[in-house]
Amino acid sequence: MTARSGSRAWLLAEAPASRTQARLGRWFVGWLALCDNLLAMIGLAIVVALVVMAVAAPWIAPYSPYDQVLIDRLQYPSLAHWLGTDDLGRDILSRVLYGAQITLVIVALVSAIVLPIGLGIGAVAGYVGGWVDSALMRLTDIFLAFPRLIMALAFAAALGPGIENAVIAIALTAWPPYARLARAEALTIRKSDYIHAAKMQGASGLRIVWSHVVPLCISSVIVRLTLDMAGIILTAAGLGFLGMGAQPPTPEWGLLVADGREFILDQWWVATIPGLAIFVVSLGFNLLGDGLRDVFDPRGV
Amino acid sequence: MIELESLSISFGRGANRIDAVRGVSFAVAAGESFGLVGESGCGKSTILRAIAGLYRPSGGSIRLDGKPAGAARTKAQRRLAQMVFQDPYGSLNPTHTVDRILAEPLAIQGLGEVESRIPRALAEVGLGGEHRFRFPHQLSGGQRQRVAIARALIVEPRILLLDEPTSALDLSVQAEILNLLSRIRDSHGLTVLMVSHDLAVIAHMCSRIAVMFRGEIVETLAVEQLRRRAAGHAYTRSLLASSFETAIPAG
Repeated sequence: MTARSGSRAWLLAEAPASRTQARLGRWFVGWLALCDNLLAMIGLAIVVALVVMAVAAPWIAPYSPYDQVLIDRLQYPSLAHWLGTDDLGRDILSRVLYGAQITLVIVALVSAIVLPIGLGIGAVAGYVGGWVDSALMRLTDIFLAFPRLIMALAFAAALGPGIENAVIAIALTAWPPYARLARAEALTIRKSDYIHAAKMQGASGLRIVWSHVVPLCISSVIVRLTLDMAGIILTAAGLGFLGMGAQPPTPEWGLLVADGREFILDQWWVATIPGLAIFVVSLGFNLLGDGLRDVFDPRGV
Repeated sequence: MIELESLSISFGRGANRIDAVRGVSFAVAAGESFGLVGESGCGKSTILRAIAGLYRPSGGSIRLDGKPAGAARTKAQRRLAQMVFQDPYGSLNPTHTVDRILAEPLAIQGLGEVESRIPRALAEVGLGGEHRFRFPHQLSGGQRQRVAIARALIVEPRILLLDEPTSALDLSVQAEILNLLSRIRDSHGLTVLMVSHDLAVIAHMCSRIAVMFRGEIVETLAVEQLRRRAAGHAYTRSLLASSFETAIPAG
């Protein structure tokens, strides 16, 4: 028996011998289901590629993203500059690679803010119900009543341009759907017998929310977040494009598209290449999200 | 052990108000097994859940072990009465392993010796160590119900509330679970309150039964009377007639 099939058997054991084995086995079954989904694997590959690009940018980028070589400005893609150069002679490939870092940071920070806020508000509202639910959901409705990009723009304008403020602005506009989703999930499980059983054992409201409600909401929220990543990236790019997000000379993808706008007809690659990057990464997150939904959704099994 | 004094429970308000339970009184002595029978919607499960502290009574009182027990209870009061639910698929959290399902009540109640209590609780309901780290979806209906029983017993309650604990199971499994429940009741000296629409199941477990109809108790009788068909009330007689005539051997 090889080590590989041995660990596989250990993970898929019918009768796990420890907590860790049971948990890892559960993850492994999900992973196998994800592996069966070709489109999800393509999405995962794109997302992994984004992470690798972001982390390895200092080593794989052929030039500095900030070095201007004015005699080489607006060059067509060539062996020296694989994706051409922009109006200040900067290498577009290098700028796109470094831009991956910024995109990744934005996505990670927005998730880190949105997930706890949305999940917390939704789970508490759904589980507690009554006036707490009404108050929290009306608050959510207020945030939902504004068009997302417009509100992000307003927040970004109020907070001042910059990546950090763009992240805050996006997070402030992105959390309400998660609260709604988590609340809907919490509503369906608050009347279930295992919640009753936990109450009868004397569990506090906090314990029930944390150990029963949140774990059951989290899979659908993560799926939604993955599907939303494209929207977050596009909003960040939109803010950058409109001058409310990252500021020059940061190689943020939206900003790169904005820079190339003036030469879109004659030097199409300046705006097209970062636009393609946005498109491919958004597509990757969407494909991955679809696959995760198929894995997590019990109705699909 | 369980005393109900003109207990009423209603849901909704105004025109939508439904009186699920109307002025029900009965007492169950320590160590006794008492059954509540009636058709679905007669309020029997509602009474059980009120005793469990899940519903707030709109009138009357519940006393457990001589002390008043409302909807707000201390952990010690909660520990006194535990429940086994009807549906073994809905009563276990699908994301928790058996181990975690059994460890949680111990953590809540602050009981130690987790590593010895969990295997003991599993052995008591006829499950082995190989079931300990499984998820509910890896267990059969009967095994799940055994886990639910173990979860109720692990905090060492003195009252066991059974809400149709076998009606969602196959016939062969029903008998196993009923025997398990009888054995556990005898070995722990538990007071049992069981709700069922199945007279045969009730007759197997309980010594005394109350027949409910539209939120009220119409008759309380001993199981011997049930066997002799010595029911006084017309509703009980019709229930007996419509129930499995062959299921309870006469005599």
